[in-house]
Amino acid sequence: MKTLLTSKFAVIRDPEKCIQCQVCVNQCSFNANYFDAEENEVKSRNENCVDCQRCVVFCPTMAITITNTPLEYRYHRNWTASVIDDINKQAETGGVLLTGMGTDKDYPVYWDHLLLNASQVTNPSIDPLREPMELVTYLGSKPQKLEIDERTLELRTKMPPQVKLNVPVMFSAMSYGAVSLNVQKSLAKAATEIGTMWNTGEGGLHSSLKKYGSNTIVQVASGRFGVHSEYLNSGRMVEIKIGQGAKPGIGGHLPGEKVSSEVSLTRMIPEGSDAISPAPHHDIYSIEDLLQLIHALKEATNYTKPISVKIAAVHNAAAIASGIVRGGADMVVIDGFRGATGAAPKIIRDNVGIPIELALASVDSRLREEGIRNKASIVISGGIRNSGDVIKAIALGADAVYIGTSALIALGCHVCQQCHTGKCAWGICTSDLKLTKRINPDVGSQRLINLLRGWSLEIKDILGGLGVNSIESLRGNRLHLRGVGLSDSELEILGVRPAGR
Amino acid sequence: MTADNNTTFKIDASGIYYRDLNEKLRELIANGTHNIELINICGQRYIGTDLDKPVNIDIYGTPGNDMGAFMNGPVITVYGNAQDGCGNTMNEGKIIIHGHAGDITGLSARGGKIFIKEGVGYRAGIHMKEYKEKKPVLVIGGTAQDFAGEYMAGGIMVLLGLNLREGEKYPAKFIGTGMHGGVIYLRGGVEDYQLGKEVGIAELDEKDREILNQLVAEFCAYFSYGIETIMNRNFIKLYPRYLRPYGRLYAY
Repeated sequence: MKTLLTSKFAVIRDPEKCIQCQVCVNQCSFNANYFDAEENEVKSRNENCVDCQRCVVFCPTMAITITNTPLEYRYHRNWTASVIDDINKQAETGGVLLTGMGTDKDYPVYWDHLLLNASQVTNPSIDPLREPMELVTYLGSKPQKLEIDERTLELRTKMPPQVKLNVPVMFSAMSYGAVSLNVQKSLAKAATEIGTMWNTGEGGLHSSLKKYGSNTIVQVASGRFGVHSEYLNSGRMVEIKIGQGAKPGIGGHLPGEKVSSEVSLTRMIPEGSDAISPAPHHDIYSIEDLLQLIHALKEATNYTKPISVKIAAVHNAAAIASGIVRGGADMVVIDGFRGATGAAPKIIRDNVGIPIELALASVDSRLREEGIRNKASIVISGGIRNSGDVIKAIALGADAVYIGTSALIALGCHVCQQCHTGKCAWGICTSDLKLTKRINPDVGSQRLINLLRGWSLEIKDILGGLGVNSIESLRGNRLHLRGVGLSDSELEILGVRPAGR
Repeated sequence: MTADNNTTFKIDASGIYYRDLNEKLRELIANGTHNIELINICGQRYIGTDLDKPVNIDIYGTPGNDMGAFMNGPVITVYGNAQDGCGNTMNEGKIIIHGHAGDITGLSARGGKIFIKEGVGYRAGIHMKEYKEKKPVLVIGGTAQDFAGEYMAGGIMVLLGLNLREGEKYPAKFIGTGMHGGVIYLRGGVEDYQLGKEVGIAELDEKDREILNQLVAEFCAYFSYGIETIMNRNFIKLYPRYLRPYGRLYAY
């Protein structure tokens, strides 16, 4: 069938600069650049270009520019180019539209409507370059009160297991199979060096990553791939994945093409077979059932590891989180609707779930009202872009955040949203061995370490400006936030005052 | 405290909280106890979880949910009925139930064997999977409820239907829905409408018979049945028609 889809981008090659070296041809995994042997010239197929910028960055003479294709559909408020393209794609294939990354729709970003305070005159700001500034965060359930032996001054209360983070930023779950082993190595190595955690996602743990165990969160999702007692005990924490912000309410299919021999080894399924994660966990149909799995995992790890439960931010997130905490979870993770994915139906990515800022505020408020906020840490994820977002999240009530896309961008991702194709030219979201070697775990981990070093310095600067010397003092302290351009009900949900008041 | 291989350690579990019971089991096994007898078990959960050794545990009473969840080695024999989640995500070991078991028996099991004398609840053997030499086995003497073998990705399930009278049908519908691996051997027959649309029916071949004979022999040994009385009826083999049931679902 002739496709009615048109090119989205144009590859423009400056003939003055191009030396016909074919680097762009070799770098492009989408076949958008090719060498025409007859005319002895490098050329482009615009219809294949996804604007991943790989050739632009690697062209030795900087001869390439990629632009949006000059041919634009006639303006229509309703029938935009992406709507027309999607209809054509489905008319040609009859399938569910698949996409990658987080939603690119124009929903409000509440972080950009929240502003932080700073000390002026009435309390002094602190200079973090010369005074101690504490970013250490402990994840895990905290007791209602501490009992201390008056004579020996030793702690009598038996503390539930805690996980120490030097920076309240962790790397979110990205499974081996969705991302390459070199990506996981980069994340694991960086997390270990920084003193934070990375997360296996639902794909098992590759044997070469076991040495990073004390900085690893192992995930248990509905497919139970690679889950066995050794796996559960090799991490520092176990996370039950109920849902994900990019695709709340649905399961996942890792297509057989991506289940290479190495991926099959950690997922413990035959090579080339589909890895199907059912939509629900079939042993969890209620909060009581979740309680049962939480405690099964506690039993399986002999109560030595905190158990986390991750859900997508949905309408009743606050009530669900309350159930999760009452079910015995030591940590609740809420993934907002901007959270990314290796592959999800586009219609779900773009239409299901709620903004993380509102979900976080309502969950934190609810747990406080019920007097159970101490029983579990709150971690959020889904579109955290910079240290400003991190610090606002902590002021709204989070203990820490997970970053996924930001970490991948640090590794080279240019957010072209082609994760689902398995052709990632940056070697991130692919299992093609020709492409995966484009990530060097030594370089990759250094870039991640640098990123979090930069964020830590900025967080300390902001804390100093607020006049506090510990991240603990900011946690849930919404008086440090003010809203701009928000309605009364949005302000009420966020629990912040409007700027100027 | 040490123990040799032949002594049996007996625990009266009346009134013991599951956490304390499982703690005690961990302690006993760490000290080398090989045979344990639990009497008056009543609803204690997670028995056998986190016990990574091939010890024998005999249970008298009714163990609670998730017995043998994530289990990796022990042989558990229950003289009574098991509840939901028996053998959940089990990796290695054996569970023998002299009675019936509840829902999701053997969910996501990756290895080990489960033998149930009577019937099981809903979604038995759901998403069992196999990898190389690891192949979970679930043998059910009675019948299963709906969605038996759903999403099955590997392993072997045997449904004997010994409680069915002549001409009586299996109660289950949606058998093997979404199945994309493994095999179900079913004694007697089922109607087409009882099967998931991804399931095919075939005659057993030589190799199937060999596997089935071994499993039935083991079943008979545990529950004192005569092999002939079980093998006297025809068996059918249910298999996944597609290894990639959802291959043509998406537009890229």
